[in-house]
Amino acid sequence: MLASVLVANRGEIALRVIRTAKAMGIRAIAVYSEADAGLPFVRAADAAVLIGPPQPARSYLDAGAVLAAARQTGAAAVHPGYGFLAEDAGFAARVIEAGLTWVGPPPPAIEQMGDKINARNLMEQAGVPVSAGTREPVADAGAALAQAERIGYPVMIKAAAGGGGIGMSAAADGEQLRAGFETARSRAERFFGSPAILLERYLPAARHVEVQILGLPGGEVLALGERDCSVQRRHQKVAEETPSPGVGPELRARMLAAAARAGETVGYRGAGTVEFLVDEGAQDFVFLEMNTRLQVEHPITELVTGTDLVEQQFRIAAGADPSFGRQPPAAAGHAIELRVYAEDPRRFLPSPGTIAEWHEPAGPGVRVDAGYAAGNTVTQFYDPLLAKLCAYGDTRAQALERARAAVAGFTITGLKTNLLFHAELLESAEFVSGAYDTGLIDRMRARP
Amino acid sequence: MTEVRAEMVANVWKVVASAGDTVADGDTLVILESMKMEIPVLAETDGTLSQLAVAEGDVVQEGDLIAVID
Repeated sequence: MLASVLVANRGEIALRVIRTAKAMGIRAIAVYSEADAGLPFVRAADAAVLIGPPQPARSYLDAGAVLAAARQTGAAAVHPGYGFLAEDAGFAARVIEAGLTWVGPPPPAIEQMGDKINARNLMEQAGVPVSAGTREPVADAGAALAQAERIGYPVMIKAAAGGGGIGMSAAADGEQLRAGFETARSRAERFFGSPAILLERYLPAARHVEVQILGLPGGEVLALGERDCSVQRRHQKVAEETPSPGVGPELRARMLAAAARAGETVGYRGAGTVEFLVDEGAQDFVFLEMNTRLQVEHPITELVTGTDLVEQQFRIAAGADPSFGRQPPAAAGHAIELRVYAEDPRRFLPSPGTIAEWHEPAGPGVRVDAGYAAGNTVTQFYDPLLAKLCAYGDTRAQALERARAAVAGFTITGLKTNLLFHAELLESAEFVSGAYDTGLIDRMRARP
Repeated sequence: MTEVRAEMVANVWKVVASAGDTVADGDTLVILESMKMEIPVLAETDGTLSQLAVAEGDVVQEGDLIAVID
């Protein structure tokens, strides 16, 4: 197994990766920016290296600084977490060239899936269903209008190199498309360094459901079940659950097979996620994109399968099969994740600040992956995720009941959090019924 | 006179309006960025932008003055 690993990330995911590394006897090395010196992940690591000022471009996104820290500490491997350099094929290649183990998929797989247009085309060729859309970058607003006529409105406008919902918008007609196209282009250029835009048929009442895959050293790709991520604001996930209340056994079998095929098509190794849009009424689905890394919401899959996905990442990176062998582990029970964000619970606007009190809930089936503690300052430089609150139950009703108690038992003061939103969500008739889609939060907020 | 103030700690990403502009309720004055999110700061009244107190690249604290509309 690996002797040591540098965790090229911050916050809750850095702490979560460090915990599994230490439990496996792997020496864990953290890197941190000046803004994060007091965070729990820095203390939890066996060694920690300051790599730069708070601005991500000068610290967590600075590949040279991260690699220098790896050399300086004698790290044997690099785990990228999610975000930052996790889906940067060039960084992965540099890690490998430096003689280190990359705890992630092969760089060509990252590259092939990183461009959403290329990924769609590849999946279509491999027989994975895709929605009507553009097969090459859309050059300008005029070309976008012509393509949208062919695809049919409404269309979704997306950055080909994008992620995190940034620059994404739906257009119901030509006028909205013109405005959305220009916005998407400027966002794409600014955030992702590429102005390439694609259009896709937009399914307004769809569920967003993804499948966890694991590519084994021998080339087999296992599918470990789905996660429903339809609770979204600004096209970003706020809560997830597994199994999906909208996916029946027959649809699940087809989605898991399609996800495994997607992974095999690009020679995938390690943990990855294939995202789909599901038409619940028709019990049908289309490919959305693939995330070539560990997913934020991976803990709910761990809770229902009784596995540690980070452990499997380390094992596969070291050339070993998963701890459970070559058959996917059976899932049992129900799990839900609530993302606790530093944002107001009504309009979801960011709320940086200093945490005065922090008391986590505990109890049967409750898991908290936290990135902060009392006294820490949550800055404007990074995403607003404070913690992931997960609840497991034998049934969905029990998981929801435990989640309600856990939300009520979570105290964070000193800044605004969305815990009140989660309390509201867990009482909303639509969410509780299970019959919801990606429009849920808009409908909750539209009510007087 | 209406003062427009920052609702949170943020970086000033874009200054859209200029001092002296005539603005209408709902017009975007500046775009802030905080926690990977862009937050447009809007005029909440019609009038003339008599003062614009921030520049691109500035960091504003909660409650800091951004603009004055007369």
